[in-house]
Amino acid sequence: MNPANYIVLSAVLFSIGAIGVLVRRNAIVVFMSIELMLNAANLAFVSFARMNGNLDGQTVAFFVMVVAAAEVVVGLAIIVTIFRTRRTASIDEPNLLKY
Amino acid sequence: MTELMPAEGVFSLIWLLIALPLAGSAVLIFGGRRTNSWGPYLAILMVVGSAALGWTMLLSMMQNSPEQRTFDQTLYSWVFAGSFQADMAFQLDQLSMVFVLLITTVGALIHIYSLGYMAHDANRRKFFGYLNLFVAAMLILVLANNYLLLYVGWEGVGLTSYLLIGFWLHKPAAAAAAKKAFIINRVGDVGLSLAIMLLFVTFGSVSFQDVFGVADQASEGTLTAIGLLLLLAAAGKSAQFPLQAWLLDAMEGPTPVSALIHAATMVTAGVYLIVRSNVVFTAAEWAATAVIIVGVITMWMGAIIGSAKDDIKKSLAGSTMSQIGYMITAAGLGPIGYVFAIFHLLTHGVFKAGLFLGAGSVMHGMRDNVNMRRYGALMGLMGITAVTFIIDYLAIIGIPPFAGFWSKDSIIHAAFEKSTLVGILAMLAAGLTGFYMTRMVAMTFFGKARWEDDEHPHESPKVMTIPLIILAIGATFLGMALLFWGNIKTWLEPVTGLEEVELPLPELAYGGMTLVLVIIGSVIAWVMYARRSVPVEAPRGSWLTRAARNELYGNEVNDVLVVRPSYHASRALVWFDNRGVDGLVNGTAAFVGGLSGRLRRYQTGFARSYALSMVGGAVLVVLALVLVRAS
Repeated sequence: MNPANYIVLSAVLFSIGAIGVLVRRNAIVVFMSIELMLNAANLAFVSFARMNGNLDGQTVAFFVMVVAAAEVVVGLAIIVTIFRTRRTASIDEPNLLKY
Repeated sequence: MTELMPAEGVFSLIWLLIALPLAGSAVLIFGGRRTNSWGPYLAILMVVGSAALGWTMLLSMMQNSPEQRTFDQTLYSWVFAGSFQADMAFQLDQLSMVFVLLITTVGALIHIYSLGYMAHDANRRKFFGYLNLFVAAMLILVLANNYLLLYVGWEGVGLTSYLLIGFWLHKPAAAAAAKKAFIINRVGDVGLSLAIMLLFVTFGSVSFQDVFGVADQASEGTLTAIGLLLLLAAAGKSAQFPLQAWLLDAMEGPTPVSALIHAATMVTAGVYLIVRSNVVFTAAEWAATAVIIVGVITMWMGAIIGSAKDDIKKSLAGSTMSQIGYMITAAGLGPIGYVFAIFHLLTHGVFKAGLFLGAGSVMHGMRDNVNMRRYGALMGLMGITAVTFIIDYLAIIGIPPFAGFWSKDSIIHAAFEKSTLVGILAMLAAGLTGFYMTRMVAMTFFGKARWEDDEHPHESPKVMTIPLIILAIGATFLGMALLFWGNIKTWLEPVTGLEEVELPLPELAYGGMTLVLVIIGSVIAWVMYARRSVPVEAPRGSWLTRAARNELYGNEVNDVLVVRPSYHASRALVWFDNRGVDGLVNGTAAFVGGLSGRLRRYQTGFARSYALSMVGGAVLVVLALVLVRAS
């Protein structure tokens, strides 16, 4: 199978994730969209590693997973805290930090 | 050629001439209130000591042959930088000698007079300290052997003149007059400092001996420039046209100050400067002509102003301007006139000091009233003052055998030797002198009493009248003494040179014509101001009288030409500073501030809009990469 197809799939997944971040209001869904983008990136790394015939991309993919795991922990904690104080999971509601 | 003698014997004490009054002023000014009781006497002692030393030096100098009368004393090397060298060094020659005697002797008399005049002034000690400082500065001016040291004295007398004009600084008029004198003098001082720089650039030295030795090697253009700058300096210090406006206001100072500084000594410093630099003016024909023009204009301006003023001191100040105009004219005539400029300077120093002190004595008895329209018939009440004043008056208008006759006649005669026009103008001005001086005497001592109510005029104490008597004796005999016994022509010749031209008429004829003019002027004044009654309120008068009362609009001219343009220029600069410079700085700040005000609107607080800009940015970066790769 042509490795370029994986790259295309990766791009499609990334775009879906990006659009999801931009258009959805629910913090949890936005969060999932971010995960989707991260995994699209992972897929691209692995595909490139395959195409170039070395392991660099695969190594980086592991790092990304670790970072993603950490990010999930911090991100969910923030979302839960905001929900507790403001009773909302919308990403547009907490907009006090502005000009 | 004169040779430079080492300062030995009594001449090793040249420095002491200056040091005595300088020490006196230091004690009085820094000594504070402790010196209040004995300070004035110390000041008098110092000046008298200086005068005694001066007379001793004169006697000693007369022992030497005319070529060996220049004494040089170098105290120490004062300024040296590269090829520039100026020493703290004094030169006593025949010219400096007569100045030293005039300054210290007249100075001593005026110090003594001030003891009576300032008796009730709380700041008497400070007054005497300033007077001593003035004498020291004036002696530095005439004893310096280089232009830089002369400049020190020049500025010193300017400073003391400022301090003394404004001595009664609680009077706003006095404070303003002091400032005016100082500022107008600065204009002249700039001329002197530029002249000194030009001298150094041209000759590589500022000492008299070096400069005059090689002066004829410089181009005439350079010498003319130096001469004109020196003339500017002289005009400032000697209140000559066009820098004459300060002298009349300077009369706000105490009368002894007017006598010492603004009649006898400081205002003649300009004449000294020109005569001292005679080598420059002899070589630069145009500069010398400019000197004559300035002198003649001032001679007439002063006389016209003096004829219309009702303030006795201002009238005398106009007369001083006029007489110094004579001296400046004589100094511009070249070797024909240098000697007579100094001759008239000496006699004028004596009789004008006498006139001012006499006016002070009158004011003293009239509760400091200066309006001559409020005087009259004082002859009987102030005998000594009146008689001495009249003797000084006869001297200034030039009645033989009084001093002014010999000196002024010599100048008029010398003027005819140079140019008939200058001679005629000088002669006519002498007639005007007769007019304004007779007017003053008639209004003050004769006619009807026009005193203010409850006025009790009285004669001044002896401490004031004795200096008046001594000065009157000087005004009587000094002219003859200097001309026949002292032989001033041959005395000054080694310094100034001498030249005589044959005239078509005998010398007596010129003297006779002048005398006739003076008598005509005096008689007119006598008829107008002694025979007819003088109104207490000044009548409106002709346009000439009004112009003269307004000092020939000298202040207005200054106002239009200098004061207002500089006022507007400074307003324009302030505007440029506020709008231009501040505008640039404030504009930049406002621009940055406005821009950031706009930019912060993008911080909306909506996380999704930040995400959008991140995506947009990332897309742009990718596009850029693709484009760069593709090209």
